[in-house]
Amino acid sequence: MKIQKVKKGILPVLLIAALYGIPFCVKNQYMLRIGVYVCIYSILACSLNLISGVCGQVSMGHAAFYGIGAYASALVAIHFGINWVVCVIAAAIAAGVIGVLIGIPALKLSGGYLVICTVGFGELVRLILLNWVSLTRGPMGLVNIPRPVLFGVTIKSGSQYMVVALTLFLLIYLILHNILNSKYGRNLKAIREDEIAAETMGIHVHREKVIAFAIAAAMAGAAGSLLAHYMLFISPTIFVGDFSTNILSMVVLGGMGFMPGSVIAATLLTVIPETLRGLDKYRMLIYGFLLIGLMLGKNVSWETTALGRWGAGIWGKIRQRRGLKEGDGKV
Amino acid sequence: MLLEVKGMNTFYGNLHAIWDIDIQVEEREVVALIGSNGAGKSTLLKTIAGSIPMERGSMVYDGKSFGPGYGRKASMMVKMGMTLCPEGRHIFPRMTVEENLKMGGYTRKKGELSAGYDRVYSLFDRLKERRSQPAGTLSGGEQQMLAIGRALMSSPRLLMLDEPSLGLSPLLTEKIFELILEIRNQGTTILLVEQNAVSALSVANRGYVLKVGHITGSGTGKELLESQEILDSYLGG
Ligand SMILES: Nc1ncnc2c1ncn2[C@@H]1O[C@H](COP(=O)(O)OP(=O)(O)OP(=O)(O)O)[C@@H](O)[C@H]1O
Ligand SMILES: [Mg+2]
Repeated sequence: MKIQKVKKGILPVLLIAALYGIPFCVKNQYMLRIGVYVCIYSILACSLNLISGVCGQVSMGHAAFYGIGAYASALVAIHFGINWVVCVIAAAIAAGVIGVLIGIPALKLSGGYLVICTVGFGELVRLILLNWVSLTRGPMGLVNIPRPVLFGVTIKSGSQYMVVALTLFLLIYLILHNILNSKYGRNLKAIREDEIAAETMGIHVHREKVIAFAIAAAMAGAAGSLLAHYMLFISPTIFVGDFSTNILSMVVLGGMGFMPGSVIAATLLTVIPETLRGLDKYRMLIYGFLLIGLMLGKNVSWETTALGRWGAGIWGKIRQRRGLKEGDGKV
Repeated sequence: MLLEVKGMNTFYGNLHAIWDIDIQVEEREVVALIGSNGAGKSTLLKTIAGSIPMERGSMVYDGKSFGPGYGRKASMMVKMGMTLCPEGRHIFPRMTVEENLKMGGYTRKKGELSAGYDRVYSLFDRLKERRSQPAGTLSGGEQQMLAIGRALMSSPRLLMLDEPSLGLSPLLTEKIFELILEIRNQGTTILLVEQNAVSALSVANRGYVLKVGHITGSGTGKELLESQEILDSYLGG
């Protein structure tokens, strides 16, 4: 038993070590920049996955919380010159509190009505960021956002920032992982599976939804902070509805409710458009087709293809060797 | 008296679904509620369970009184030992049988779960065989058993079953009614809604007849089975 547990623990440790290896081995600034974005988008996708994938409440306003976090963090840093760690916390709290305020009425709605409501909320936030000029400087955006200073070190280089982004991402991923395996996580899954049944079990359906929405919002807020202090400039054009759709695509592509999938999809959907840059005007066209292809491919049941059968056979043998029964550890 | 409902009224917007309902349920009784489609049976159970608000009236459950309004929540009633097994199964399809049961024991402490599993598995041996199978792959009848078993996991004092025989073969229906008696004999009070009036009344101590939102008759199971009232209401006369 113990040995198996240790074996199970080794893989994540190796994976994390490899991830931390990236900023130390890669010297190309452009690659590191993509790395930072992958971390930020992974946080966004994983947090949206909590409310939309795990709990089944589809939101199309996630970019708004990202924006609220970015502005909150930047404003706190600019006006009060506080340490970045406090700024991230402020960003998470600001987005989380607004998440609660919006979530309480919005999560009374379901399905398409909730989607429309969250789209409206996203647009509202964008318009506020654009028009509250005295606070946000409107379309001119916020400039001169201070770089983070951690343990007396100013985080300047791409590799330094990658370490910071990766750490925040891993922290958030760990929190989500623990939530999914907790009693609360099971409640969220039950709500997604059947709301009426969840209620008759004694689960406080509305309250649990609002909490999940607030957690997701707070995490998106933290991602916003990560962006603001990396770009050093933010404007309302970043936090538009299109971007909310992008985040949702990552969640859908990665698999609703499946956290590692969200990370993989966030990586793919960040890297693919970048690698297509050379193709210039065909770039978005190809990206669009690829996205459709990926979505279609995702729904192919791999067991029915030759490659899938081959893979399933090998996987079965591995499991047999490790002494696992059929059906163990399935979601 | 375990449950006493007085003058209960429920609305869906402007639709007045149930009117001035008075019902009583004694401890360790099986009480049947019968009536045709759209009579308001499910509405009545949901209002008692607190999943839709009561507009007017009052309710006393286990010595505590409740007034109208939104204050009373379903989650609170489950904690007080009142569990609704809703119409149409509503199992969690992608969770395994055992995970479904675990969700049923949501309001129970961890230590009490194993006694719950034992009780459910001894009532429904089929569920034990299928414990690690996703609930969505069970047959309709097995899903109904799971729905009842899951409701039992909260060790309710009052179990409300909304059409447990829906879509079941006559043989399985008979089995479900036998199980209902067995559950009652284990000490659980049952409020049962059924289309299957004859079967329901033959296991019930008492029954009420509901017709377009009003109670039009009540009596012991036997009395109702013999009355013209049933034929009229139930067959839509
Ligand atoms: N959510 C709702 N919104 C509006 N009207 C509803 C709603 N639910 C039920 N009704 C109406 O209330 C009335 C009573 O419905 P209810 O479901 O309680 O009937 P029932 O006796 O359980 O019928 P059945 O035997 O077919 O299940 C019906 O006329 C129905 O159309
Ligand atoms: Mg009904």
